Amino acid sequence: MNESAAAQKSALSFDIQRQIRKTATGKIKTGAVSKSGFAIKATMLVLLGLSVLAFFTFDYKDIDFAGAVQGTLRNAATLFAAPKLKYASPGAVLNQLFVTFCLGILSTILGAAIAFFGALLCAGNISNPRVSAVIKGIVAFVRAVPTVLWVLIFAVTAGLGSVAAVSGLTFHSAGYLIKAYAESIEEMDYGTIEALKASGAGFWQIVFQAILPSSISYMLAWTFLRFEINFTNAIAMGAAAGAGGIGYNLFMAGYFYFDLREMGYLTYAIVLAVVLLEIAATKIKAKVK
Amino acid sequence: MEKRRTNEILLFQKRKLVFTAAAAVVILLYGMASFVTEYDTLLGLSSFPKAFKWIIVNMVPNAKALERLPNILKKLTETALLSVAVTVCAAICAFFFALLGSKTTRVNPVLAGSVRVVAAFFRNVPDVVWAILLMFSFGQNVLTGFFAMFLTTFGLLTRTFIETIDEVSNDCVEALHAAGANYMQTVFQGILPSSISEVITWILFMIETNIRSSTLIGILTGTGIGYLFDLYYKRLDYPSASLVVMSIVILVILLETISGGIRKVIL
Repeated sequence: MNESAAAQKSALSFDIQRQIRKTATGKIKTGAVSKSGFAIKATMLVLLGLSVLAFFTFDYKDIDFAGAVQGTLRNAATLFAAPKLKYASPGAVLNQLFVTFCLGILSTILGAAIAFFGALLCAGNISNPRVSAVIKGIVAFVRAVPTVLWVLIFAVTAGLGSVAAVSGLTFHSAGYLIKAYAESIEEMDYGTIEALKASGAGFWQIVFQAILPSSISYMLAWTFLRFEINFTNAIAMGAAAGAGGIGYNLFMAGYFYFDLREMGYLTYAIVLAVVLLEIAATKIKAKVK
Repeated sequence: MEKRRTNEILLFQKRKLVFTAAAAVVILLYGMASFVTEYDTLLGLSSFPKAFKWIIVNMVPNAKALERLPNILKKLTETALLSVAVTVCAAICAFFFALLGSKTTRVNPVLAGSVRVVAAFFRNVPDVVWAILLMFSFGQNVLTGFFAMFLTTFGLLTRTFIETIDEVSNDCVEALHAAGANYMQTVFQGILPSSISEVITWILFMIETNIRSSTLIGILTGTGIGYLFDLYYKRLDYPSASLVVMSIVILVILLETISGGIRKVIL
């Protein structure tokens, strides 16, 4: 009796000794080992390693770093502290801002419309698996190409201007929104769809009576987010692809007139617009919920 | 029973009304926007099939384009490393900034408020402005893109990290304080471990985003893979330009797959 208790005790203490992990200096490690902990550490190490590698392999072209930083700070001071319009009137700036806003609106509406039908084909729970896989592949491709490249590709066939800009922005938005919408459709309870199917509802009845009502708030949230992205993208497209709007003014002020003060004015106008849009979006979202 | 039925009918009527009103607003917005931007919907829609046809005919890499592959891959590697380096540096700075800005870990309220304003400023000034501004002094240099992306990434990540820290830290900060931990111990033993998986998810997402925006900034400032695309595009050398596009697509999809895998393990 005593013997077996002793044996049990020694087995127990042996087990505990084996379970305790110690560092090289003999301190007891208190963290738990887990796959996710290891993955986090590995990811961090790889990212840090790649960053260090990046700084060693960059071609700096013997740049005068201190001089360039000083110059940038001086320019930034002029840009932000003394904004002044010389080439455009305040009314024209407002007008161009509105054009950029409208480019954002157009591409978001078109993108959302395409994405709604795309998502119905893409969502795993209501679509045929093969169609879903094909759409997912196409969408991944569309999203992987940067927006500016889409705009430039459309510019070849449609000419520079609003058509190329809207088509390019629409394309990328649709890719992004199809994924987002499909995910929110996939999250919904399959029981609802099954019940409607069982009671003889057609495909479109299921879409409008079950899918749309249950995922509309997610979809709207994604659409608003995308609109904000499209607005900033529309600025960038104006500058990089000559698509019009405030971005084009920015490009002209920077590259043709070398006028930092004009750039400063335009920048403040953009920042103000973005902040106002953010506030409006938050208000509308709160109302919808 | 009768009342319930009328209620149900009212619900459907209300739903129909809301949908109709929403559709009317959207159509109105669309009409106004296409008027302002002189956008022709028919032309726009017909540009899609035209563009596809053009892509299939012209954007096929040929032997001459394949000769340029080593150069393209070199620039692609540079762009990929640039995005990683920018995101990691910005994330490290943003994390410490977010500590000062978060409600639970701030040192004093005035500093926290100014951190939030600074972050909002860097987030909302478009990267195009930073790129042009830096271009004046740094010229066609990899550092132009580095700093332009650094500033916007820093602004965005500071805001997200503030939210993350606010979310995760309430309980653990209190417990650590009660146990007598000092500020640094609270941060490194409590906040960092509990927010790290969220932080890494955001870093991976920003690396992907930055690869796309580095293409744009490259076109504007004449650096990296964006410059290479612009060069071939303006020379009308579409086969080579398409090779650039495809290499970007493969890189982005590869990254998406890797970060998806990592996310699955850590979350």
